Formats: sequence, structure tokens, C-alpha cells
Amino acid sequence: MSARKYKATYIEDSGKAHTVEMAEGWSLMEGAVKHLVPGIDADCGGACSCATCQVYVAPEWQAKLPPRSEMEETMLDFAPDVRPTSRLSCQLRMTAELDGIVLNLPRTQHA
Amino acid sequence: MPETIVIIGAGQAGAQAVQSLRAEGFDGPITMVGDEAYPPYQRPPLSKAYLLGTFERPRLFLKADNYYAETGCELLLNTSARAIHRAERTVELTDGRKLAYDKLLLTTGARVRKLKCPGADLPGIHYLKTIADVDGLQAVFQPGKRIAIVGGGYIGLEVAAVAAKRGLDVTVFEAMDRLMARAVSPQLSSFYAAEHEKAGVKLKLRTGVEAFEGNGKVERIIAGGQAYDADIVLVGIGVVPCDELATHAGLASEDGIVVDQNARTGDPHIWAAGDCTRHVGREGHSLRLECVQNAIDQAKHAALAMVGKPKTYSEVPWFWSDQYDLKLQIAGLARPSDTLVLRGDPQQRKFAVFHLRDGVVAAVEAVNAAPEYLMGKKWVGEGKKIAPQTLADTSIPMKQMT
Repeated sequence: MSARKYKATYIEDSGKAHTVEMAEGWSLMEGAVKHLVPGIDADCGGACSCATCQVYVAPEWQAKLPPRSEMEETMLDFAPDVRPTSRLSCQLRMTAELDGIVLNLPRTQHA
Repeated sequence: MPETIVIIGAGQAGAQAVQSLRAEGFDGPITMVGDEAYPPYQRPPLSKAYLLGTFERPRLFLKADNYYAETGCELLLNTSARAIHRAERTVELTDGRKLAYDKLLLTTGARVRKLKCPGADLPGIHYLKTIADVDGLQAVFQPGKRIAIVGGGYIGLEVAAVAAKRGLDVTVFEAMDRLMARAVSPQLSSFYAAEHEKAGVKLKLRTGVEAFEGNGKVERIIAGGQAYDADIVLVGIGVVPCDELATHAGLASEDGIVVDQNARTGDPHIWAAGDCTRHVGREGHSLRLECVQNAIDQAKHAALAMVGKPKTYSEVPWFWSDQYDLKLQIAGLARPSDTLVLRGDPQQRKFAVFHLRDGVVAAVEAVNAAPEYLMGKKWVGEGKKIAPQTLADTSIPMKQMT
């Protein structure tokens, strides 16, 4: 079983960029934490329980994402510095369409 | 000459410590010793999505394959430590090798508590703690099979939910008079009992297990004086801390390696973090926490102290459990004497129980209610006072509560 791999780029608040590869179907949170991209804490491991994996999605990529679920919406209510482009990366799955996606990271994940 | 750090135990706390040590600028050699075949992985999905088959094994691992090599952490898997020689600052491994350390971190975790009744050694009796355990359970986890689950706590009930979903015939045996008695309020216990029964799970409360019987493998469970046929048994009756290495080295353990608020043991060169420890919590009581939160936060604090930037550990404990489509999220530690305030309607399967102590929010249990959980967790941390009638008023959104 060798799933296809696609790339995502995470840009820290400082401007430092990290490009990592992850398997199709993995969450964009997993791709970041497994490769030690600083700026995504994801304390709960992707259970949508901690709101510490917020990312900002560049406008050109937003249309390719599924809309926020009610759970994600309510969790985001409690994340720091939420913007219209905010998403919880544990809720976003990597697909062929998202290959090359660019995500900006907030300054902190803890309000 | 940079210091050498040795970490015994390759679980959530161990992995967090490696990450935090590097993030805090420690650039000396790190060796992490783990007795399983796998690098550190997440245990929470084991009894949930991984058992169900919707979460593949590679996703369990906390870090990418090349992470440890890249960060300069030598990972010794399938390896156990036999002794700590404190005077010479070495760890002796079971293969005879010795690892020298300047600073040592014990993240040895916990092991499952085993049943000791007659027949408890029969094949077909499973426990759930590791990937290997779940793989063994998976092999026999087939629709129509009768599974007897001993213990109505988180593990037992999460497995019950998965088993019911997979079409097994499920019976849960619990010695106490309610489910998750150690972890949740009676209100939550009743709610979850009803949900499990709705899913076809048979609950036998106040029913302690007396024996197992069978010819070459388990076929029957004897509980509460009655015999029940079973093809599979899963036992989830808690864990005990792995503290032997510490105690044999003369470090204090009281059902958990005793550490201070910087995660340090009585030896100034040895720290411990996660399920294996006991510490004085933020409310001034001695605690042994078994949860991801404590593994992560205590390991972070151990790392900070090890690099000379100690910070007092006083984080609010939090827990979660997934059963069916119910997400249970808990923050804080409840006490039986707390005043309970219900917010929302359990019938709607979306509600929270707040625990007030002298008017202050001490804990919250939220079912499919993320705002209540997140706000409640913040309040527990702040020691917020709030009027019960305000809290119960669902016409006021959580965010607007002051």
C-alpha cells in the first residue's frame, strides 16, 4: 500500500517557509507535526479537541477546500487571531487537488 | 562538551521531550530507548478509529520516519532498560550495554492492569495498550462474534462502540454501579449507558468477573454468579505505572514516580514525565494522571527544566473520548462534592455538565459541545466564578458569558 504523496508549504509568522510531503488522505496538521514544522501544536493529535492547529489558507486555495464543519467553526471561535481565511489543519485532508497548497501560520496557537 | 540526555520510554511523553529539547535549543546527543518495535505513536486512536479500521497505521506515528535521525536522536527500539546506576550516571540495558547520561528522563508510561481470577491466562483474553494488542484483537474482531468487555471505563466503552458498529454482539461487565465511574459525573454515566444500550450493547453493572472458562481458549465468562458465552474477551480495568526502574534505583514512587513541579525526581539529574509519574497538581493534591495532556505538558516542563529554564507545571488537565458520534471532552478534575450545572439538553445529544466548587468553575464535561468545553477549560484555568443560572441559560452563547 503506497499512497500517493503531495506537497504542502507552511509559512511561519516570521516568513520562514517549510515544504513537506505527505500521503494522500493525511491531514494538513499531520504533515506539519510529523515533520516538525514549528507553529502547529495539535496537542490532541487531530481529534478536533484543542484548536491549536490553526492555519490561514491563501485565497487561491480556499475554493479547493471543503467548507468548515460546525465543529470546526465552533472550535475556531476560541482560537487566537482568527481570520476569514482561518482553518483547523486537522480537518483538512491532502488530495491531488491540494498538491502545492500554501498555508500561513499564526504567531501563536494559544489564546 | 555538550551534555548527553537519555530518555527511557518511547511514547507520547518521550517524543514530546525530544521535540521540546530541540525547540529549546538543546543540541547535545539524545538517545531514546523504547521496548516496543515502533517509534513513538499516538495511543488514543488505538481503541477508536484504528480499531475500527478507518485510521491506517502510518498515521499513528507521532513523527515522520526520518525525524529522529534528522534531529540527532538515536532511537533504540525493541530495547529495555534493566537498571539505572545513579552514582555513575549510566543506564544499563537488558542486552548488557550501558548508556552514559548527564541528564536522564523517564517516560516509561504505564502497563495494563491484569485480571488475576481463575482462567485469566486463557488464550482469547485481550488487553489494549499497544499496536500489537490491537492487531491481535483485529484478527478476531468479526461480525457476529460475541465479545465480553471487562471494565466500563474509557477503553472498554470505546471498544464497545467500535464492536457494536462492526456488528459484534457486545456485553460490558462493570463492577461499579455506573460506567466511567472514575472519570465522569453520574449524569454522564447514565447518558452513556443509554447510548450504549441504544446501540445494542448489553451492560452488566455491579457485576464483577469471577472466572473464565474454556477448553484451550476462553469460551465463557463467569460474572456475578452467572455464566456468559463469549468468543472474545477484552479487559480494560486500568493501568499501573511503570516505576520499577525508578524504585530499584532508590527513587521515590507512590503508585507513580514522585516528581516536583518541574518534573524532577529526587535525583537532580533525573526527571520523569507522563503516565509513570505522580505530582502535586494545581489544586495542591497528589495526582497520577493518565492522559495525553499530562504526557505532553509534563514532558515540555521536563525539557524546560533540563535545559535550565524551569517553569512551574500547573496546566489544566484535559481528556477526551470518542464513542459512536459522541465527542466527550473534559477539562479539570471533578470532585463528588461539586455542584453540578447542566447546560443544554442530553436528549439533543449536545450538552455540558459544569462542576462548581464554591461558585468557581472546577471542571467541565462536554458532549458534542466544543464551545462549552473550550470556554470551561479557560475558566478552570482562571478560577472563574459564574452564577449557575447564567451558565444554564442556553440563550446566552458561551462566548458572550462573562
